[in-house]
Formats: sequence, structure tokens, C-alpha cells
Amino acid sequence: MKRTVFRNRWLPYALVAPQIVITLVFFYWPALDSVRLSLYRASPFGDRLIFVGWGNFARLFADAAYLRSALTSVVFAFLVTLIGLVLALVLAALANARIRGLAVYRSLLLWPYGIAPAIAGILWLFIFHPSYGVLPYVLSFATTYQFNWFLKGWVAMTLLVVAAVWKQFGYNLAFYLAGLQAIEASVLEAASVDGAGPVRRFLAITFPLLSPVTFFLFTLNMTFAFFETFGLVHSVTQGGPGDATSLLVYKAWKDGFENLQLGVSAAQSVVLMAVVIGLTALQFRYAEKKVTY
Amino acid sequence: MRSCTPRSLLAASLLGAALVAALPGPAVARTEILWWHALQATLGERVGEIASKFNASQAEYEVKAIFKGSYPETLNAAIAAYRAKQAPHIVQVYEVGTQTMLSSGAILPVFQLMKDHNVAIDWNDLIGPVKTYYSSGGNLYSMAFNSSTPILYYNKDLFKKAGLPDKPPVTWDEVEAMAKKLVAGGAKCGYSSAWPSWVIMETMHAYHDQPFADHANGFDGLATTLKINGPFGVKMLELLQRGAKEGWFTYNGRLNKAEANMGGGECGIFTTSSAYIGNLTKTAEGKFAWGTAPLPHMAGFPRGNSIIGGATLWVMKGAKPEEAKGVAQFFKYLASTENQAWWATVTGYLPLTQAAVKAMEASGVYTKNPHLKTAVAQMNAAKTTPNSQGLRLGNYGSIRDAIEEQMENVFAGKKTAKQGLDDTVAKSGDILKEFAALYK
Repeated sequence: MKRTVFRNRWLPYALVAPQIVITLVFFYWPALDSVRLSLYRASPFGDRLIFVGWGNFARLFADAAYLRSALTSVVFAFLVTLIGLVLALVLAALANARIRGLAVYRSLLLWPYGIAPAIAGILWLFIFHPSYGVLPYVLSFATTYQFNWFLKGWVAMTLLVVAAVWKQFGYNLAFYLAGLQAIEASVLEAASVDGAGPVRRFLAITFPLLSPVTFFLFTLNMTFAFFETFGLVHSVTQGGPGDATSLLVYKAWKDGFENLQLGVSAAQSVVLMAVVIGLTALQFRYAEKKVTY
Repeated sequence: MRSCTPRSLLAASLLGAALVAALPGPAVARTEILWWHALQATLGERVGEIASKFNASQAEYEVKAIFKGSYPETLNAAIAAYRAKQAPHIVQVYEVGTQTMLSSGAILPVFQLMKDHNVAIDWNDLIGPVKTYYSSGGNLYSMAFNSSTPILYYNKDLFKKAGLPDKPPVTWDEVEAMAKKLVAGGAKCGYSSAWPSWVIMETMHAYHDQPFADHANGFDGLATTLKINGPFGVKMLELLQRGAKEGWFTYNGRLNKAEANMGGGECGIFTTSSAYIGNLTKTAEGKFAWGTAPLPHMAGFPRGNSIIGGATLWVMKGAKPEEAKGVAQFFKYLASTENQAWWATVTGYLPLTQAAVKAMEASGVYTKNPHLKTAVAQMNAAKTTPNSQGLRLGNYGSIRDAIEEQMENVFAGKKTAKQGLDDTVAKSGDILKEFAALYK
């Protein structure tokens, strides 16, 4: 990399200052305040502030509902990531073939990424809706089972997973396509000459060469599934039925903003913060070394 | 950042000049009163109308009605503003936040405000449950504003199709019998309800004079336990659990989501807020005929009254004396018969005073739109008992969640009604204790 030398020794600091200030004010300050608040039992209007130490955390980890929510989030994140990556990889492999109108297909496949999670949720809500949705209508010809996600947790979960996978799909596809195009054609040709079929070529050459991309997308999708699906849950299921789709990020918001239990909500944010720091550390430690852009 | 070039100085001074130019002139002498509310669309426009009518009626005060998002969003905005010492004068808070506001230490009780400024309002003229819900020790703490109560709706076309006479059910036994016939007659949903906890648990307990929580539903002191796992609650949920299993009751989600099913013409019998009348009038127009009726009764249990939902206006502490005076004047205008009758007619919310009910009767509103009368008649027909004066629970929102979570488990057949309610009571006990610990 080229090293830039500034003649004025203050200029570089001045140039990065706005970014530093924004980060401090909008990220560090609220984060530290959450940590502080997580140690208190606090009244909504701030007139009561009772120090409880680890009390909020202790309550959290003794709360069956919170542990269920954690499990739900892990299951959700893995489903979204695994299904999302497999689908994207398969379609990227297909979209990488030399076919007519490829550019059009590619652009169309990228579209869903431009949609906000909440909107993606609403679109799928229309498809899944027990009374006016297309899917239950079609399924009603095959089975008498009621696919009512207002009552059946697994249907609600499926709906959220499908919407989340679909929403992330374009992003995953873009990275896989780029990864596929970076693979030298000569390597694959050599394998062909050696008699390897398309499946063998994919498994022995393409997939391993794509592993840095896969790892990058894995952490990215996990982060998405854990932290950016609030809008999706909020607009579609509100955590129900029962608490079948009460993801951690949704629960933290709900306990804080609707139920006004600020201390407990802050403790949940701190736990989430720890998870995201963990995921990011993982990303930097392993991925940065292997991914070449 | 350190250096101050002539150019940046110029830019700054230009910006400053622009800001000064944008400020209003010194002519403004009216005292400004900020009113944060959570009503949008048509209702939001009506709120704006109230403000402009009041502003036109006098020259001293100017009420500014500002939409702040949903009920929780508005409450959060008010909390943040209060903490930053920038609170609005008036904030609209939904009934769920009542205990939070009462305990907050951030409000000026309405009765106090009125006394301070010698504004007389005949509080005894308020409709029973509206007054009790928001009073403490007989004194009104927040200004009643938009209140509604659950009533029953039925789809006349589906009744006809099922061979039923045009008569709504009066008891839950009849709801069951009719809903079964409706489904047999091809209806997709026999009976359904919006606002599951509010209608089926909270209102039904009050409507049958059953206690909902200890300490007189939280009116005599902070409530610490729910009492909904008694014979009534169990019977109510067992009935609907059976209904879900047999197919004559359809659960359609929390909040008012189920209203889409009623509006879509799927449900024969339906329960939701009386404020749904306006919306249903629009959606059902030209599609199906419908009627309203008082809520059904459960045989073998006494009668209480239905409770209200909706929101009230709270006065935040910290207003200057002349601003507080303006708020008192504004509330006097709000309570006026003229305003109440107009508001109830255009929105479908309850008129808050008996005088307004009489005025509406006299003007023929009820003959033109008899549905508007259903809720008022239902409430006036009964006497408000300690069990039906309302609910005052700390962390009420979380408690509703806990109730609806278990209702869903019961309707899905995952738990018995008794088990679901026992679990609700246990969970909400923790939630109530947490609130009590804060204000001990």
C-alpha cells in the first residue's frame, strides 16, 4: 500500500476527527451507558435508580423465557445461514454458466437485497397468511392440516426463516458469483482433461477455493440473523405465537421500549454486545488472513 | 478543525444569518401548549381539528398537536423528553401505561391542575368506568380522552346463510351453538376476537364481576398477583380451547390483527373494540351486512361491567404557570358537551359524559348510526363494581404479553386452560414484584 505523507501534522487528525466523534457519540457512549444501566433497576422516568449489581444478569439467566429466546435465536441464525448459503451457492454456480441473458438473470437475483427486512417480512406474510395467503390455499388441496402461523410456532418460524433467507439472498449470491469468477478457468479445464465430471470439479476445486468467501458470508449472515432481524419479527409475528419467534434482539427491544424494564433490557443488550464482539473477533482472526480481495 | 479560515468564518456567519431569518417574528404573544399524541390517519386529523377549534375559540393559547408514533413510541418520546427537561405539556398515554404514569412522579394530577386554576368540570357526569379507571382516591389523575370498550359484532349475511335468525348471541352458550352452525353453513370462522387479552381475559373478568388481580385490581395498592386462574378464567379458556379444537373458534393473532378476518367477511361472530365501528363501516360497505350487540354473558356468573381501553391525556410536571393555566382551559374545552358529542360521532370512541350522550340522542346520531349506541348502552346498563372499575398493573405491557403467550399455548392445545393460567399467574407475579421493588 502507498503511504501518504501529510505535511501538516494536524491535518490527518482533523480529517479523521468527524468519524471518531461520530463513533464515540453514537456507539461508545450508548454502549457504555447500557453497561452502566444493566447494573441497575431503573424506573422509566429516571426518578428511581437502584443498584442491583449482577442482579439483572442473574435474573436473565434464570429466566426460562430468556433461555428459550436464546435457543430460538441460535436455531434461527443457523437455519438462515445454512439454507441461505447453500441456495446462494447453487444458484451462483448456475448463474456463472455461459447462458444467454445472463446479465438480466444476475440483476434480477440481486434485487431482494435492496429490500428492508420489515418489507421482506410483510411480502412473505401475504404469501403465508392463513386467510388470504397463496401458500395455505395451495396446500389446502393437498392436506387438511391448518398452516396457521398465529397458532403454530413452527409455521411462524418457517415464515421468518424464508423471509430472512430471501432477503439476504442477493447479497450472498453477489459474493459467491464474484468468488466463482475469480477461479481460474484453466484450473477447471485441467481437471476436465483429467476426467473429472462437473460434480467432482465442484467438490474438489470450486468449493474449497470458495471457502474464504463461505467463511466471510457465514459470519456476516450470522450477524444479520442475530442483530438485523428486528424489523422482520416486529412487522410479522411480534415474537409469537407463544414465544416461538421471540428472538433475542426483539426481546431486548420489547422489554425496554414497550415494557419499560430498562435495567433488564440493558442487560440483554450487553449480552448481545458480547455476542457481536465475539463474532467480529472471529471474523478478523480467521477470515482476514485468508480472504484476498 | 483547529484552523479558522476566512472562508469557514464566512460560511458560519451565513448559516447564522439564515437561522435568524427562519425564526418567527416577535409578534407571537400566544402561550404555546405542546400536545403529543399517538393517533394517526383519520383519527390524527380529528385530533388536529380539536386543536384548531380550541385555538380559534380564544386568543391566549395555542395548542400544537404533534403526532409522535404508536402508543409505546409516544410514551418513550415523552420519557426521553422529560429526562432531558424538555417534556411536552400534555402527552397521550394508553391505558397500559396508567400505573407507570401514576408512579412516575413526573405528572401533575388533572384534578389538582383544575383546582389550581379554578376551572370547574362536573366529574360526576363522566361515564362510570371512564371515571373510575383513571381516578385515584376519587380524584381524576389524567384527562379522559379516547376510550372504547369491547362489543360484539356479527355478520348478518353469514347468519342468513347458516339459517340463523337475525339475532346476535346473548350468552357464551349461544356463541358456541351459533358459531357451530355458522361453520356448518360454510363460514370460514365461526367466532374470533381481536385484542385477545383485553377482550377475553381482562374485560370478561370485569364483565362477570370477577377479580383480575389482588388489591382490588391494583386500585388499593400495588398489585402483586393475578387472580385469573380461578373458576371463571379456566372456564372461559376451556370453552375457547374446545372451540379451537372443534373448529368454531379461530384465533387470529394479537393486537387488532383479527379485525382483518372480520372485515374480510370470514367471521360470523366477532368481539373487538367499539372503536372498530368506523373501520368496519368502510370495509364492509357493499360487501356484507352486519350488526352490533352487547358482549355475551357466561351462565352461572354474576354481572359486572365491561372495562375500557384507549388512552388519556397526562399533564407533565414542569410547565410554567401560564402554560398550566392554558392546559386547564384546553381540558375544559375537551370536556365540553359540544366537543364530546362531535368527537364520539366522528371517531366511534365513547362520549365521555352523560351530557354528551344526551346531546347525541337529541341530535339523532344514534338513530342514524345505532351501532354507536351499543357500547354506551352496554356500559350504562350495568353498575360498575370494584372488579370492573378498571385495571391498574405495573409493567402492564409485559403482563399482557405473558397472558397472550399462554392463551396461544392453550388454544394450540399445548397446555390445559388451568395449566396455562397457572403459568401466567406465576410469570406475572415475577413481573409485578419487579415493579413493586422499584417503588417500595
